[in-house]
Amino acid sequence: MNELAPLSHDLKAAPPAQAQGARPPGRGRVAAFFDSDLLHSFLRSKLVVLAALLTVAMVSAAFLAPVIAPHDPYDLKSLSLLDANTPPAWEKGGDRSFPLGTDDQGRDILSTILYGTRSSMLIGICSVLLAVGIGLSLGLWAGYAGGRVDTVIMRIADVQLTFPAILTALLIDGVALAIFRNYHFEGGKFWILVLAIGLSFWVQYARTVRGVTLVERNKEYVEAARLIGLRPLKIMFQHILPNVLGPVLVIATINLALAVITEATLSFLGVGLPPTEPSLGTMIQIGNKYLFSGSWWMVAFPGLTLALLALAVNLLGDWLRDALNPKLR
Amino acid sequence: MLAFAIRRLLEAAFVMVTVALLAFVLFRFVGDPVNQMVGQDTSLEDRQRLRQELGLDDPVAVQFGRFVANAVRFEFGISYQMKQPVTTIISERAPATLELAFVAALFAVALGIPMGVYTGIHRDSWLSKIFLTVSLIGISLPTFLIGILLIYVFAVMLGVLPSFGRGEVVRIGFWRTGLLTTSGLKALILPAVTLGLFQMTLVTRLVRSEMLEVLRTDYIKFARARGLTQRAVNFGHALRNTLVPVITVIGLQLGAIIAFAIITETVFQWPGMGLMFIQAVQNADIPVMAAYLMLVAFLFVLINFIVDLIYVRVDPRIRIYGRGV
Repeated sequence: MNELAPLSHDLKAAPPAQAQGARPPGRGRVAAFFDSDLLHSFLRSKLVVLAALLTVAMVSAAFLAPVIAPHDPYDLKSLSLLDANTPPAWEKGGDRSFPLGTDDQGRDILSTILYGTRSSMLIGICSVLLAVGIGLSLGLWAGYAGGRVDTVIMRIADVQLTFPAILTALLIDGVALAIFRNYHFEGGKFWILVLAIGLSFWVQYARTVRGVTLVERNKEYVEAARLIGLRPLKIMFQHILPNVLGPVLVIATINLALAVITEATLSFLGVGLPPTEPSLGTMIQIGNKYLFSGSWWMVAFPGLTLALLALAVNLLGDWLRDALNPKLR
Repeated sequence: MLAFAIRRLLEAAFVMVTVALLAFVLFRFVGDPVNQMVGQDTSLEDRQRLRQELGLDDPVAVQFGRFVANAVRFEFGISYQMKQPVTTIISERAPATLELAFVAALFAVALGIPMGVYTGIHRDSWLSKIFLTVSLIGISLPTFLIGILLIYVFAVMLGVLPSFGRGEVVRIGFWRTGLLTTSGLKALILPAVTLGLFQMTLVTRLVRSEMLEVLRTDYIKFARARGLTQRAVNFGHALRNTLVPVITVIGLQLGAIIAFAIITETVFQWPGMGLMFIQAVQNADIPVMAAYLMLVAFLFVLINFIVDLIYVRVDPRIRIYGRGV
């Protein structure tokens, strides 16, 4: 964590980023927010450190879930309906062994959040990797080959861009459910979600990578590589690729927050993970049903976790963009 | 201008044809339509006859042509789940979504522009900071969490607003409106705020940054030097010049509002098209999904097209560029 502090000092010393112009919605909203005011820049660097700490803490807690969680929400033997609807420990009727209370199945909320964050993060990471894989390959191909290939790929991207990502994800999810509704296989839902979210996010990468590739393609080192007879694939992936990784990394970080939110949204809408599998979205969906009976803890804690995670990763991604490549805008 | 419009129209047509192709593939090849329509005990001959009646044995190109012809007349067959024509279902559901989207957009604009102007003029006041903090929350919280939060505060804790449904509706022709009854208006508040909050923060931020930019320009300084009132300078000169990007963003966000209505409608059990679409996804009801896809694509393309035209009309610089292309 120590190396983050001096970096954010550099950020403060640097002239405040000019973010007055209208930006495309969807990217860097949080950064623009802070950039747009000098007074906020100080606050911002502190916030970035805080966001980094929070992200690291949440991610490590999530992946250490099997070790640190007091209960195992997958272990049906340990669940007891008698424990259901227990309020948090500090409330009246709370139980010390369930610090944040239990849900309608008697699962410990704290443990379920830990396991749930883990599966939400895993889906987020896998889907961003899929989106990067598709976007990077198609972007490189379109930019390097040009001509008809370029036109076709970018036209497809344009059509997809007409729709918000959440709609695309819902649609792919729906189609996948329709195709696979008669086949049940282990973890099927997980991969359907990864596919739906990944396929709805690739356009941004493809456009960015294509843009950089168009510039790089005409540089001398690429020409040299071509002259010594390297195959196009090798040129694309070994010579051009390293030059486009910077912006891709930035978009990927910001997209990770978006992917986690999309997963939660799909699960909340009832088309994501099944209720038996803990994820932040399904927890909020279950909790939402019990809101009127006063069991606020069922929805409040997973909701807070999701909001904090999204905010922290967003801040981090925006900071990463400024730190890695100030010219990106 | 005309060349620009025609080019845009061609692009729009391309998008629509692509979406139609997608919807057709969905409709025709995901699951067997005949199996979805008939029961288990239907004989093979009956199935074959049905296939022929539906024209499923024709060449694919002919089928696609028929699909497009039907889509233009907005006929998408019978919903697998509700056993009703899709057109009927959508015409029942559409008014609810359109009213919700309209009120949400109105809320976003009516609050977002004044907040943006205020935070642009009074950069350092404490009220500006409150506005900015609120909009930061609006940006980072997922829509469904905002909805749940509002339900908890206003329906569970305070008990002043309903948390689901549309309230009483009045029928005017085929359009069932909730805007004319007290319970209908009350039921509209929470969903509209939930749906509009994100757009409102977007408008606030955009107007604020545009104002900051414009207020630095020479013609504003000149207007001040001429001794015009603050009011005339801020609203007559500054705000007017910020409106071009604001109009564009609001127009494009209308599409996003319709898409995000899916989430809001699920949270509030609002009987609109979004809820219908979610139920269709859950039940693999392909005709409804295909129809929704086509309708939403059409709305998006239409909005994009209109925004482009408005943009060209309002901003002379683009008009010249458009002519050059």
